[in-house]
Amino acid sequence: MASLLGRFCRKLVVPGSAHGSRMVSTTSCDSEAVKSLNLYSAINQALHIALETDPRSYVFGEDVGFGGVFRCTTGLAERFGKNRVFNTPLCEQGIVGFGIGLAAMGNRAVVEIQFADYIYPAFDQIVNEAAKFRYRSGNQFNCGGLTIRAPYGAVGHGGHYHSQSPEAFFCHVPGIKVVIPRSPREAKGLLLSSIRDPNPVVFFEPKWLYRQAVEEVPEHDYMIPLSQAEVIREGSDITLVGWGAQLTVMEQACLDAEKEGISCELIDLKTLLPWDKETVEASVKKTGRLLISHEAPITGGFGAEISATILERCFLKLEAPVSRVCGLDTPFPLVFEPFYMPTKNKILNAIKSTVNY
Amino acid sequence: MALSRLSLRSNNPFLKPTATSLPPSTRRHVSTDTTPITIETAAPFTSHQCDAPSRSVSTSSAEILSFFRDMARMRRMEIAADSLYKAKMIRGFCHLYDGQEALAVGMEAAITRRDAIITSYRDHCTFLGRGGELVDAFSELMGRKRGCSDGKGGSMHFYKKDASFYGGHGIVGAQIPLGCGLAFAQKYSKEENVTFVLYGDGAANQGQLFEALNIAALWDLPAILVCENNHYGMGTATWRSAKSPAYFKRGDYVPGLKVDGMDVLAVKQACKFAKEHALKNGPIILEMDTYRYHGHSMSDPGSTYRTRDEVSGVRQVRDPIERVRKLLLSHDIATEKELKDMEKEVRKEVDDAVAQAKECPTPEASELFTNMYVKDCGVESFGADRKELKVTLP
Repeated sequence: MASLLGRFCRKLVVPGSAHGSRMVSTTSCDSEAVKSLNLYSAINQALHIALETDPRSYVFGEDVGFGGVFRCTTGLAERFGKNRVFNTPLCEQGIVGFGIGLAAMGNRAVVEIQFADYIYPAFDQIVNEAAKFRYRSGNQFNCGGLTIRAPYGAVGHGGHYHSQSPEAFFCHVPGIKVVIPRSPREAKGLLLSSIRDPNPVVFFEPKWLYRQAVEEVPEHDYMIPLSQAEVIREGSDITLVGWGAQLTVMEQACLDAEKEGISCELIDLKTLLPWDKETVEASVKKTGRLLISHEAPITGGFGAEISATILERCFLKLEAPVSRVCGLDTPFPLVFEPFYMPTKNKILNAIKSTVNY
Repeated sequence: MALSRLSLRSNNPFLKPTATSLPPSTRRHVSTDTTPITIETAAPFTSHQCDAPSRSVSTSSAEILSFFRDMARMRRMEIAADSLYKAKMIRGFCHLYDGQEALAVGMEAAITRRDAIITSYRDHCTFLGRGGELVDAFSELMGRKRGCSDGKGGSMHFYKKDASFYGGHGIVGAQIPLGCGLAFAQKYSKEENVTFVLYGDGAANQGQLFEALNIAALWDLPAILVCENNHYGMGTATWRSAKSPAYFKRGDYVPGLKVDGMDVLAVKQACKFAKEHALKNGPIILEMDTYRYHGHSMSDPGSTYRTRDEVSGVRQVRDPIERVRKLLLSHDIATEKELKDMEKEVRKEVDDAVAQAKECPTPEASELFTNMYVKDCGVESFGADRKELKVTLP
């Protein structure tokens, strides 16, 4: 698993399969210094750069002062001082509301919600305040400087309240952006883009990859554009769309499928709202089949939105129904996690049945 | 007089008897005597908007001995859970209560099983206090079918319906409005029961606490809000998270009491007082000054935000079990050897329960889909990776 992760993360041009060489990442990196970093270190670097380059940026949340529960904020308080990097009391609604206020005065507030499972007390502030501020004030005010970071997703043993993937709730709110990186290099670039984007952004970090994913990350300040999906593996038989940690699982399924002669194209959506419909549409028009996979429960998950949109745009080009391999419609279980998760085998089965439809 | 003045010294962990202590003739070893005796608490209560209860606690030798045994059992259970977690037999998150046992035990002594208790995720000892079995606790921790929540809840979700234990909750502070709702229902039933709503110093800053408190006070609900102030909201000390760390005063118009939560007799007295108050006058806040030896959870070493000296200092001076031990010895209710034997028995009890729990099976795969709705949709999953689902709608 770790070695596959390593292969997946590296953005070098891999010797091609019968379908030609794989597409290289859109970030330029060749001549710059790089360092082997895991996800939390990459995010930490991004935060250091963000605070360094903008003196009116602040990082706060529960327990961020000593480095945070996942070490993402290590060293920030020591370097930038307690006035810019500070702990808050335990009140998510207060934290996000406070961040909106700070952002409304032209500052950059990088707010941490300790686990995405705890974001719901702040849901009202995000949906009713952050998303609508610019709209309802006729562009007089905005809270574009707000970025909310939260670790999301399964971690193997997290149970009901340390494993949730709530991205679908936020994708339903025009006015905010939802961004999910898949690897350390992506995370650093996407986080810097999110912080500097003049719109409020909810940034979900796959907690499973905090330590597990290691990649060569450029040391300089770079940004990866939002709302641009990336084809990370080219293919011709079926398009797979995913985001975050799920992409590693999907790539394993693609490799297995290749052994059976199925050529899979894998797309990392990166930004879920607003999402890059054109890239996915172009890919599905080429392959004629679509499979979406995410950890969140299937009913009402973001895969439904992708499926409906692609159906509208590519109906006549589709060879098979759009397949969704997602979490089950249950609360995220504790002991039953292996059954709940959309595993490689489930994806592989779905690939095969879609191709053989 | 001189004796009671001695007890005023704040650094004296001994509980000094008043003039009505046991006469020599009735002192027995390993006493099962239920004759009432009165003992003074080491520290007075501080009150807000009400009169503090008396420091003289009515108890008995048998009761104090039961305190010792119950607390020792809780302590042993938490230590065993620590080892099991490190051995990866317990997965997920595990929040241990050792150091705070006096709270669970003292509360039980003042109330009945018809009174409801609802708490946060640090619920193993509260479950035991409500009459939960050790083997049910360990089974639940290890995700076995025998567990109190059928293995589906885990460490943070222990429940016991027949003892009115409305469980452990993962989301901080979410149990507070819920608990006030329980009190609301109890008021309707007119059965003179109350609800103890437990939360921590971290949760004390949640907005929902104040919303629930306002409603409870407005409608005179028999809700007792107990702030288990162990001084750290995970890694953040109270002085850094609260403008006013006097949690018992935060209710403003709601009366409050500050209690030494490491003194089991003080806890008992406060809970008894609170129950009487709540049934007559509506909500009251109890702030229990307590301490946890472990970190916030098993993933937290507990040493990045506090010194090891602080932890060992509390262990030496304020440990709840040691205080009861000294009380038992000084009153001649039991000898050292008897207490040590009792601890050995408890240890064996816990080890047996762990062994038994290890043998229990995990729940069936079909349990993944049960209990979401009253009438489940009859979803079955099958196939090698459970990808195939068959759903029969009601």
